[in-house]
Amino acid sequence: MSDFLRSYLTVGIFLGVAVVLVSALLGLSSLLRPSKPTPQKSIVYESGVDPVGTGWAQSQIRYYIFALLFVVFDVEAVFIFPWATRLEAYGLFGLIEMGIFIFILFLSLVYAWRKGVLRWV
Amino acid sequence: MSLLASLAAQAAQPVTSVLVETPSVDWWGLLPLILLAAPAMVLLHASSLLRRVFRGFYATASVGIAGTAAAFAIVQWFRVTDLDGGRGPYTTVASAYTVDGYSVFITVVLCVAVIVSSLVADGYLRREGLDGAETYALLLLSASGGVVMASANDLIVLFLGLEVLSIPVYVLAASHLRRSASQEAGFKYFILGAFASAFFLYGIALVYGATGSTNLGTIRQTLQDDPFVDGGALLLAGAAFLLVGFGFKVAAVPFHAWTPDVYQGAPSPVVSYMASGVKAAGFAGLVRVFDVTLAGQVRDWQPIVVGLAVLTLLGGSVLAVAQTDVKRMLAYSSISHAGFLLVGVAVASPEGAAAVLFYLAAYGLMIGGTFAVVTAVAGPGEQATGIDAFRGLGRRQPMLALGFTVLLFAQTGVPLTSGFFAKFGVIKAAVDGGWYWLAAVAMLSAVVGAFVYLRLVVAMFMVEDIDPHHGDGDVVAATPAPVAMPAALTLALAATVMATLVVGFLPGLLTDLAGDAVPVVLATLP
Repeated sequence: MSDFLRSYLTVGIFLGVAVVLVSALLGLSSLLRPSKPTPQKSIVYESGVDPVGTGWAQSQIRYYIFALLFVVFDVEAVFIFPWATRLEAYGLFGLIEMGIFIFILFLSLVYAWRKGVLRWV
Repeated sequence: MSLLASLAAQAAQPVTSVLVETPSVDWWGLLPLILLAAPAMVLLHASSLLRRVFRGFYATASVGIAGTAAAFAIVQWFRVTDLDGGRGPYTTVASAYTVDGYSVFITVVLCVAVIVSSLVADGYLRREGLDGAETYALLLLSASGGVVMASANDLIVLFLGLEVLSIPVYVLAASHLRRSASQEAGFKYFILGAFASAFFLYGIALVYGATGSTNLGTIRQTLQDDPFVDGGALLLAGAAFLLVGFGFKVAAVPFHAWTPDVYQGAPSPVVSYMASGVKAAGFAGLVRVFDVTLAGQVRDWQPIVVGLAVLTLLGGSVLAVAQTDVKRMLAYSSISHAGFLLVGVAVASPEGAAAVLFYLAAYGLMIGGTFAVVTAVAGPGEQATGIDAFRGLGRRQPMLALGFTVLLFAQTGVPLTSGFFAKFGVIKAAVDGGWYWLAAVAMLSAVVGAFVYLRLVVAMFMVEDIDPHHGDGDVVAATPAPVAMPAALTLALAATVMATLVVGFLPGLLTDLAGDAVPVVLATLP
């Protein structure tokens, strides 16, 4: 076994210990504990209150669309901040690149606006 | 404490503003890629800014854009092949992007796939009330990702190409807003595709761990210098994960489970692109990574790829026999075709790679035409996709049925069609490589597959179209409405049928090109 793989041995041992420990504890507790199932015990746990209604709920589609628009600006921020900290190092090339990037993202905003996404219906 | 001190010392030093060296970019080499991606975005925004456009404007624009990109790729072809004093293949953008005959060939195949899909989509979108620029823009963007994938000389760039190829297709698969089957297809394709991408990425990480580079040329060089690099097991595991990622994209058994559901649910013009374009890009990456980069490790990966090929060949054609829905049937048949292509990859020779290229070009054309027919016959809402919908088509619309028959014969591999030479090339490469039993399995699969295609031909020409729901003698009610054939769809069908026949009669046109493209890729990476 190479040194490279040997350094992963710790991970393997950790994994083995985790599996053995968890299965030993769970197995022990299932041997020792009493088992008295009731219908009350198998309903969904909701902080001790009986659940109301079903688990399926609809949410407004506009939240989804706003989430998508948020991603646009989120991605923009993710790339602009590291670039801004090293502004000088990338020089004119970086400026033009970032300009193109922001322009493309700006176009997506224009697209969303023209398609009427920004109106709160 | 010492860490803090060193950090403070670093902060105290003035930041040296040394300009980061940016790699030189050969814009001419990137031109086909730019000509696909940039106009696609312009098209998308034009659609939101323009109020009125003439009917079929977006399809015309899409065909024009893809045609321009293909034209520039063809100009590039003469530059990168050493035939007439061209400069030969080269890499650019810090040797992350290759421009060689191989990438140019795949670029043209992708552009043709977009053109055929756009022509079919034109009538389809209007029929379904979904007309707009989005479908075409996404097709073009996906093709640009495919171009990146075919040209990538770096695993990270390859992954970027894979994602740019896939994400538009996920959206396209779900693009029929009123068919729940389409939504389901998009969702399934996205979930499984993201899963496969994760495998692919993990494979990249492991290969990087084993070789210390993501650059394909450097990886190849490292492995040549020291075939048993430290962590050979890592390399093998990485290659296996990469194979899972590719296997998903090209729909190889056992990574094929998404194919029938997605092909059935997605809009037919999109399926046409999936079968021709996505498959071409997937195989482009597969050949470059395995046949070229890992050429020295062929003994390690060849048995696995051969196994995949056998499973895919037999699984695809046997399962196709059991289908009654034509779109599902064509999905399984496309899996079987992927098996033939995998045979070409598995033999790991220049002949095999050339056969793969020829197969991709020929198959892209015939499947494009086939789905054009399916789009037309299926009718509004893609209701009629059962084999019954094709009954008696030969009597009602003989020209349409004849064109479809040619395409089906080509998929079967009947001589004098391009499909024959495609299968012949792959099997010949297998025989030349000494893989006799693999060639035999491929031929067996072709025989089983023939049943599938001939069943459709029989339904069109040899079955009386008496509606089973009406009693005997009620023939008047049995005649269905004629299949509507929009002009663009007819053009696409006629062009693909013609190309299938022309390549079938004069295969030399395409085999020579494919042959020129291949030695380049196999010999000249840095």
